[in-house]
Amino acid sequence: MKSIKFIYILLPILFLSVLTTSCSSDDDDDDPIITNEVEGLSKILDLTNATHTVELFNKEGDFYTGYNAISIRLKDNATDAYIEDASFSWMPMMQMPTMQHSSPRSAIIKASGKNTVFEGYIIYQMTNTDGSGWSLTVNYTIDGVDYTASDAITVRQNDNQNVTSFMGSDDSRYIISLIKPNNPIIGINDLMVGVHKMENMMTFPVVENYSIALDPRMPGMGNHSSPNNTDLNYSMVDDMYHADLSLTMTGYWVLNLKFMNTNDDVLKGENVTDENTQSSLYLELEF
Amino acid sequence: MKKLTIYSICILFSGFIFAQKEEPVVEKDTTRLTEVIVIGKRRLSNHRQEKTLSSIDDYLEKSNKVAMIKRGNYAWEPTINNMNSERLNITIDGMQIFGACTDKMDPITSYVDVSNLEKVSVGSGQNGTENGHCVGGGIDLQLPSSKFYQSGFKTNFDLGYETNGNYRVGGLDVEYSGNTFYINTDGIFRKSDNYDAGGNDEVLYSQFQKYNISMQTGFKLSEKHAIDANIIYDKATDVGYPALPMDVSLAEALITSVTHNYVSDSTFINTLETKLYFNTITHIMDDSNRPDVPIRMDMPGWSDTYGFYSKATSTIKRHNLLFNVNGYYNRSLAEMTMYPNDSSQPAMFMYTWPDIRTFYTGIFAKDIFVLSENEQLSGSLRLGYHNNRIAEDVGLESLQIFYPDIEDSKSRFLTSISSNYNYKTTNYDVSFGLGYGERAPSVSEGYGFFLFNSFDNYDYIGNPTLDNEKAIEVNAGANYHKGKFHIGVEASYFYIMDYIIGEIDETLTSMTIGANGVRIYEALPNASIFDVYLNSSYELSNSFSINGTIGYNYGQGSNDENLPLIRPFTFLAEVNYKAKRFNAAIQLEGNGNQSSYSSYYGEDETPSYGVLNLNFGNVYHAKDTKFFLKYGVENILDTNYSTFADWNNIPRQGRNFYMNLSLIL
Repeated sequence: MKSIKFIYILLPILFLSVLTTSCSSDDDDDDPIITNEVEGLSKILDLTNATHTVELFNKEGDFYTGYNAISIRLKDNATDAYIEDASFSWMPMMQMPTMQHSSPRSAIIKASGKNTVFEGYIIYQMTNTDGSGWSLTVNYTIDGVDYTASDAITVRQNDNQNVTSFMGSDDSRYIISLIKPNNPIIGINDLMVGVHKMENMMTFPVVENYSIALDPRMPGMGNHSSPNNTDLNYSMVDDMYHADLSLTMTGYWVLNLKFMNTNDDVLKGENVTDENTQSSLYLELEF
Repeated sequence: MKKLTIYSICILFSGFIFAQKEEPVVEKDTTRLTEVIVIGKRRLSNHRQEKTLSSIDDYLEKSNKVAMIKRGNYAWEPTINNMNSERLNITIDGMQIFGACTDKMDPITSYVDVSNLEKVSVGSGQNGTENGHCVGGGIDLQLPSSKFYQSGFKTNFDLGYETNGNYRVGGLDVEYSGNTFYINTDGIFRKSDNYDAGGNDEVLYSQFQKYNISMQTGFKLSEKHAIDANIIYDKATDVGYPALPMDVSLAEALITSVTHNYVSDSTFINTLETKLYFNTITHIMDDSNRPDVPIRMDMPGWSDTYGFYSKATSTIKRHNLLFNVNGYYNRSLAEMTMYPNDSSQPAMFMYTWPDIRTFYTGIFAKDIFVLSENEQLSGSLRLGYHNNRIAEDVGLESLQIFYPDIEDSKSRFLTSISSNYNYKTTNYDVSFGLGYGERAPSVSEGYGFFLFNSFDNYDYIGNPTLDNEKAIEVNAGANYHKGKFHIGVEASYFYIMDYIIGEIDETLTSMTIGANGVRIYEALPNASIFDVYLNSSYELSNSFSINGTIGYNYGQGSNDENLPLIRPFTFLAEVNYKAKRFNAAIQLEGNGNQSSYSSYYGEDETPSYGVLNLNFGNVYHAKDTKFFLKYGVENILDTNYSTFADWNNIPRQGRNFYMNLSLIL
């Protein structure tokens, strides 16, 4: 900014015209501020029972395969008031021809700084081509009374592979999902990945302290990589895996991964070489 | 080839042999002024100017210290003392202007034409700092001065044709000059198909087409005050670059200025010239004409510059003083979009120049002090403040991949200082100069992002943490005249500290398909560049004269590697015939074998060559009408050759017959 002042001092005539054209235009909203705690979010659907409506929101207004950050409000059907004090649990369920299974999901907690909004995530590891097959049950307790609401839901297929479910060399099934960046930049991105183990059909605990080697590539441009990436490491703070992801340009990127346990045994994935252009374990990203 | 070399050396040395027989005769100083290349189109007598319609590139190439790097048949990049664009300060009449191409396909000399200019002034080393900081030298392409000639209307027509490449040139110049008002407009159009190298070997993608129109007008407000305005519009389309993987579909420049001139004999300040200027360049690189590319891409670039200068001259006793205060603000932005062969994938985009804003302001002072009739001492000083800012957040974030700690702005102070001593008598003169100069890294060197260099086949990454490049310079020259014989020698030595050059970073993988790797701009602790030229000429009679030049250049870094693009041994020999209305010359020029090539920096050895040219000129007068005809043959023997300065060894033109015709009404 010093230089700008300098210009003003030295080149008043010449640069005044240049600089004054760059004044900002503010879009001030004249509306009075109404506290809308789900502003900026779109409703996915309502789960209704006789007494309450469970409203589910996210940014897109739809469930997609992969990681879904979900905001929840609970409305009393009689008073239309939103309930501020409740405890929740939920169970997404995929109905397959011969069996059914659930998916990785978080606990539901009160959103910080908000009165009526609760938050959690669900990672849908797959869906049917028409989006069918999934149902969602939300159980909640208000003042010691248990309620439940349930319905079939639609989960759309994401264009890119942002979640992968695989069998590791230790004969365990794992699910790795891309959580961040939501809006990738040309530059260093904070890459956040969730790793869950499929302990049984219904239980998907977070896998702790493993590591994932990262090698981002652009198959559309000679499969080149980018510099100064770091490998994914577990963080106790949010139970997720974090890394620096360098993206040198926009476009289609393949994040090649190599998944290792605490003994550094490779459970899944290979190095990318001239012969092997892609790891069998990867996520996709496009921007 | 060898024969040609021998002939040339014979011609050169014949100068010495004849000289010894000659009686000492006092004659006027015939020192050739290589610093100023006069572009006045009508100067038939200038033996080095074979074509009236030569491009500026051709003119510049005639100077000893200037070599032109060629990536095609158009837009050659000038070098002085074996140093290219980044180390030079190239201006149009004192106006800063910066090319918009990240691959240096548009040196600013390509945005003006001979019809726009009066002369080109070339300053070697620190003698070129009047308009800005440099290490290698400065080139100022000077616009015509005010023309209050009272000569009324004047019209010039120019037509040119060359067989090789079916090259057509047409120009028209209309001028009205009154006592207090003048206006001059001109236009020139050039179009060439692919040229043929020696042996009818067609060089694909060497075509170009361009036109240039300009207007200059001036009002004399009073005896002491005048105002001039100048506008140049230059547009090149369909320019092929055979040495590069991409061509240019548009290179467009608008160059405008308003100048106030004050002249007075009685006041302390003799002249005061103040100029406000603006120029904008759009450069669109694309590969749509190339049938086989690994990936389609577009690489547009833009460069806008606003600036001013104010220049005053004064004479106090035996001091001739020149002061210059100048400043500019430049915006350079370039981007690259690649289209994957798999159409389901989105286009890939990046900023290759992430909207870099450069602000500079500085002062310059020069004093030429006449010590005595024979001696002269001159000194100059330039001090400047230079700031770069990354305006685009995306650009800052891109570069932070490599340099996590950089900020969006970087300032530096630059100093240039030089002094020269001249001693001159009727028979000889000597000069000696010392200089110290600094320069800031260019936008590409500081902020370039994956710029592919087809010369060494590496991707380049800029380095925003680079220090100023600094050079200590020593130069010396001597001329001796005896009768009709003249011999002169000039030499320059540069010791450059923090020499900026791309070094391979093994840890990085290239972005460009097929590239060898990535180089990051780093500073070599030091580098040395030396050049020496020997000129001699001899007048056999009033009509016949011969002259010859040989040159030697050397460049090495502190890593004991040769520097790239250092000119090998060069020679030029010429026999001239001059009559009142006719002139003719035969010319032999060539280079020795490039034995000190720089394989480390991606260069290969260029073999020696020699070419023979023949040119003629005629002039006719009839009342107010003048008629000039220039014609000749270049590369008579149809040699297939390339020089050290030809990007990727693309061959130069084979045999070419040309004719230029000028008519002044």
